[in-house]
Amino acid sequence: MKFGFSRLMSRSALVGGAVAAALVAAPAIAKDKIDVAVTAFLTGPAAGPFGVPGKQGAELIINAINGGTMPAPYNTKGFAGAMLNPLFTDESGGGAKQVGEYRNLVQKRNVDAVVGYISSGSCMAITPVAEELKKLTIFSVCGTPRVFEEGNRTYVFRTQAHAVGDSIAAAHYVAEKFPDVKGFTGINQNYAWGQDSWKFFKLAMAKIKPSAEASSKPQFPKIFAGQYGTEISALSTDKAEMVHSSFWDGDIEAFVVQGLARGFFRNKKFVSVVGGSAIDSLGKKFPDGVVMGTRGEGGILLRHNTAPLNAWFVSEYKKAYGVFPLGPSYQYANAILALKMAMDNAAKAAGGFPTQEQTMAALKGIKYQGIGGEIALTLGNGHQAVHPVGYGITKWDKEKGEPTVTDVKFYGTDCIYAPPGKNSEEWLNAGMPGAKC
Amino acid sequence: MQLITTMLLDGLSYASYLFIVSVGLTIIFGVMKILNVAHGAFYAWGAYAAAFSITLLADNEYPDWLGFVAIFAGSIAVGLVLGSAVERLILRKMYHEEEVLIVLATFGIFLVLEDLIIITFGVNPYFAYQPMALLGQVEIVGIFRDVYSLSLIALAGVVALACWYGLNKTKWGKILTVVIYDREISLAMGINVQMVYLVTFMVGAGLGALGGAYVSPTISVVPGFGVDVIVLSFAVVVIGGMGSIPGALIGSLMVGILRAVAVHQLPQFELFVIFAVMAVVLMIRPEGLFAPEKQRTI
Repeated sequence: MKFGFSRLMSRSALVGGAVAAALVAAPAIAKDKIDVAVTAFLTGPAAGPFGVPGKQGAELIINAINGGTMPAPYNTKGFAGAMLNPLFTDESGGGAKQVGEYRNLVQKRNVDAVVGYISSGSCMAITPVAEELKKLTIFSVCGTPRVFEEGNRTYVFRTQAHAVGDSIAAAHYVAEKFPDVKGFTGINQNYAWGQDSWKFFKLAMAKIKPSAEASSKPQFPKIFAGQYGTEISALSTDKAEMVHSSFWDGDIEAFVVQGLARGFFRNKKFVSVVGGSAIDSLGKKFPDGVVMGTRGEGGILLRHNTAPLNAWFVSEYKKAYGVFPLGPSYQYANAILALKMAMDNAAKAAGGFPTQEQTMAALKGIKYQGIGGEIALTLGNGHQAVHPVGYGITKWDKEKGEPTVTDVKFYGTDCIYAPPGKNSEEWLNAGMPGAKC
Repeated sequence: MQLITTMLLDGLSYASYLFIVSVGLTIIFGVMKILNVAHGAFYAWGAYAAAFSITLLADNEYPDWLGFVAIFAGSIAVGLVLGSAVERLILRKMYHEEEVLIVLATFGIFLVLEDLIIITFGVNPYFAYQPMALLGQVEIVGIFRDVYSLSLIALAGVVALACWYGLNKTKWGKILTVVIYDREISLAMGINVQMVYLVTFMVGAGLGALGGAYVSPTISVVPGFGVDVIVLSFAVVVIGGMGSIPGALIGSLMVGILRAVAVHQLPQFELFVIFAVMAVVLMIRPEGLFAPEKQRTI
């Protein structure tokens, strides 16, 4: 009897397993429409330079995909045939508020996926909740590497590379373009993004340009502080001739305005990891000679690039919104493209409309064509993207009457990211073994 | 010498900013016993009014000095229009309510005014750098400084003197002092307390707006930037003693100079310093440095 019961249980288990496997493998019921939350700063200091361009980038791509008007390889209509209905939500208010909003989106509004988030603070707060609620979430902008280096994620993906690549690329650029630099300091916002950016830039400089000494007094003002008079004085009295900054949002604009009034940019070489938005908003007031990055292939570095997808994006964006797309416009667009590519691939494999699990399986480790270049989710067990990162030097183009960058150079993914499975900080400390630059 | 002078000037400059912003808050509390959370919104409205006017003037190629007119005119307009609207339409109906309810009401007003900013001005930043560019820069002990930020010190001095003169040397100041000490007796003596409250609130709102308007040429004016100001102003006012103008002045100087020392010497303690000062003062003298223990003064 005991044997019989065991056999019965074994058979039941086998049947149950087979049914479960079939359910997992089976496509979901086809949908005409999917609801996807798209979260960005729509109010607050980060809205103008980051949130709104990000939302516009997502909106443009969603409309084009829903309408079937995107160029190849995204020229099929819809997301696995379904129209994407975006629910744009505001990222402002801090981590606790965002967690509440996220729960509301998933549990009350039953969204099919969540895309977005600009601040590293938001991403750090959302990650455990997304895993708990088991909802596909694609981060589009935030940069702290901790999201995937402090744990394995199942439901969370990021289509934007993390801060380590930005910092290493900046260090390479500085070493190549300014070989005489003897010292550097920094001004970065006092939270995950700013602290990580400085830490990795300092580590990268120690390996790539060891003759340049890091200041013992880098500045870490509060995010959205707005007033930097004292910090500018402190940086001016520091003997380091180069200043690294990962300021973004209204902070970079305020810093530049205040620094300009004090001749700061005449006396210090300024390296801005992600200050591209300020170039357009300040126009000819923005100082020439700033080392400028856009956290990847986008923004002002690719403004006049003629690759078909990029040219289409720039042209359509200008038509729709009357301005050039900024870095966040590209980053949100790339996150939406990843969702489309994964859903389309998953639908092909499943032979019908994909389940969330099938979409996630297709998204894991995906390589796809982003607006500015190829994006590959090779880190974080296939959840974290890498892509080349470039820098240039700002210059106001008098003839065209628009800002531009010169001496643009991109650094490949083999050069600026730790290999899969390696911790970035340990890899940097070890001298970046295996890096191919 | 260079370091000490630089720290002192940085500290004075920041303290001046803090004083101009917090003096309106302390005046309103001193006279009306209202902890006005909407003060941050007046600050933001002042900044937007000034930045919008300055950019408009610049776009139409008017002379840059008119930007200064826009700064003061914008502050006065915010004080007169928003200050009187808030006092007459909302606060006047709540004076008999508990203080905590009035604080909540001012918080609600803050949120509404912040949203009105987005509706009116949008989310894109405003840059009104023309007044700052006009005044140029000056080299002091080897460090370039913008004259505009130094002029903030002069403005704070003028505001402090005006407050002292207004309170101690004018009839209006005597009336205000009477209302502060006893509202009921003031009413019995025929003082129009409602008018005193209205004018006080408009002046307080106008000073908050002046703080925002005067710093607007130095910053990127964006939605939500009035939030931090409330926290900073409260810290200054609590240190100096709520309702005390000399307290606001000394609180601003303490915070400004200690923060400057921290930024130059121990940057990681910059945020800590402001609230550490507040905590220490509250431990030693819970009513603040300059507030009398038994009665409120201004």
